[in-house]
Amino acid sequence: MLILAFDTATPAVTVALHDGARVVGHETTIDARRHGELLAPSIAAILAGAGAGTADLTGVAVGTGPGPYTGLRVGLVTAQVLGSTLGIRVDGICSLDILAAQARHEADGREFIVATDARRREVYWARFGPDGSRLTDPVVTLPAQVPAGYPIAGEGPRLHAELAAAGEMIGPRYPAAEALAVIGADRAARGVPPGPAEPLYLRRPDAREPGRPKRVTA
Amino acid sequence: MTAPLVLGIESSCDETGVGLVRGHELLADALASSVDEHARFGGVVPEVASRAHLQAMVPAVQRALDKAEVTLRQVDAIAVTAGPGLAGALLVGVSAAKAYALALGKPLYGVNHLAAHISVDQLEHGPLPMPSIALLVSGGHSSLLEVRSLTGDITSLGATIDDAAGEAYDKVARLLGLPFPGGPPIDAAAREGNPEAMAFPRAKYRDGTFDFSFSGLKTAVARWVEARQAAGEPVPVADVAASFQEAVADVLTRKAVRACTARGIDHLVISGGVAANSRLRALAAERCEAAGITLRVPRPGLCTDNGAMVAALGSDLVAAGVAPSAPDFPADSGLPVTEVLARVLA
Repeated sequence: MLILAFDTATPAVTVALHDGARVVGHETTIDARRHGELLAPSIAAILAGAGAGTADLTGVAVGTGPGPYTGLRVGLVTAQVLGSTLGIRVDGICSLDILAAQARHEADGREFIVATDARRREVYWARFGPDGSRLTDPVVTLPAQVPAGYPIAGEGPRLHAELAAAGEMIGPRYPAAEALAVIGADRAARGVPPGPAEPLYLRRPDAREPGRPKRVTA
Repeated sequence: MTAPLVLGIESSCDETGVGLVRGHELLADALASSVDEHARFGGVVPEVASRAHLQAMVPAVQRALDKAEVTLRQVDAIAVTAGPGLAGALLVGVSAAKAYALALGKPLYGVNHLAAHISVDQLEHGPLPMPSIALLVSGGHSSLLEVRSLTGDITSLGATIDDAAGEAYDKVARLLGLPFPGGPPIDAAAREGNPEAMAFPRAKYRDGTFDFSFSGLKTAVARWVEARQAAGEPVPVADVAASFQEAVADVLTRKAVRACTARGIDHLVISGGVAANSRLRALAAERCEAAGITLRVPRPGLCTDNGAMVAALGSDLVAAGVAPSAPDFPADSGLPVTEVLARVLA
């Protein structure tokens, strides 16, 4: 087994490779504006570092967001193309679930929240059980609408003081593909049907239907 | 020896285009358009277009392969529009193309959308003689170019200083209650109208430059229509459409012919979505004939955005032995027409 994992739903462009036993390579670059430039070279470097080529891959695990749209699509279209070209499994995993896997040890047996930046002063978030399993569907809301009293992971509490004040801050700021690779390899080994490699936008596109054309004469 | 098989991917605006060419032979041209999703907004909504590209990309590539009866493994090189265009839309195509190049281990060229619009004519009419003048007119661009080499020597003689010609069509269509995009319905309405019914202004007609301006024309049409409406009279849609279209075609063809004579070049190629317009094609043919210029205009389906044009330019680059793009080249919404290949920005 050789699973390539990556996520582009946040400012982190994160890539990892899992051989069925362990993570054999990983790289993360934080740059919110260069997902399209960084992802493919990073994948090539990780594969080369492990002495592997794309033909050796048996599956792809990709973060499906929620995330700001432009960067998110870079990861998803890359996963769809690799999957269809190589004829391998593509497993879409909610990006909040990746952060939950990274943060759950710090939750110490409690339920916890993962909240990431949705811009426009909003956050994407969901609530997780102590074992890292997601209890609610991901949503996008104002920080004030996130329930208080839970430990909270992700960029959300680092950007919004009210989230940091509402619960103990745990876990990392951004998802890491090492955690995604572990999830993807485990799901592939257990034969779990792959999740759809489709974006979780959670918002409709900003567009308003125009009114009548503006008059040019008084 | 057969020429290399080149896969071309286009996603700069609202069309997801995938083309396959071998040399200048067009094997397949698959297109998925999100135009219907934009119609009610009166213009292309970038986020709607980007979402549609992600959905359409892999199926469009498969359709092109099926049509050409080839497999991805047979592809020798990949080309993708790196710019100019809508940043988020471009990024879907660029990311897809990088993944294909990675999965197949084949060279990738990030190319200029405008140069691709010129190159596509070769799929229909054979190699473009050098030098040629190119008039590129679409919803996003109106440019006169001097082409000395499609793979590295294109200079701009002039461009619109405000609206693109296609943008003026969209805005005038809206004024007249015609649907988006405005080109086809205005062209159709104009067939029943009198092109000399109103004397709409020809901006920059004798200014000695190769620049265009269409904003004032659009406003003049709006004033005329509003005056009619204020007087409680019906708007003669066919006459307005015909007179507007005549003004656009007149100024575009006049300057294109002047560019040829001023530069001593006797080949003109017209491309881009507005080149599908019947009046522009007819007037250009008439004026080129009178001036002894050989006119080349691709068939309408190759004038609008498509993947074949990107593959055509990719094929030129491969044939010229140009080195592929660096793997970290960006989607570049402002890529200047003088850059045939994507720039790696510092």
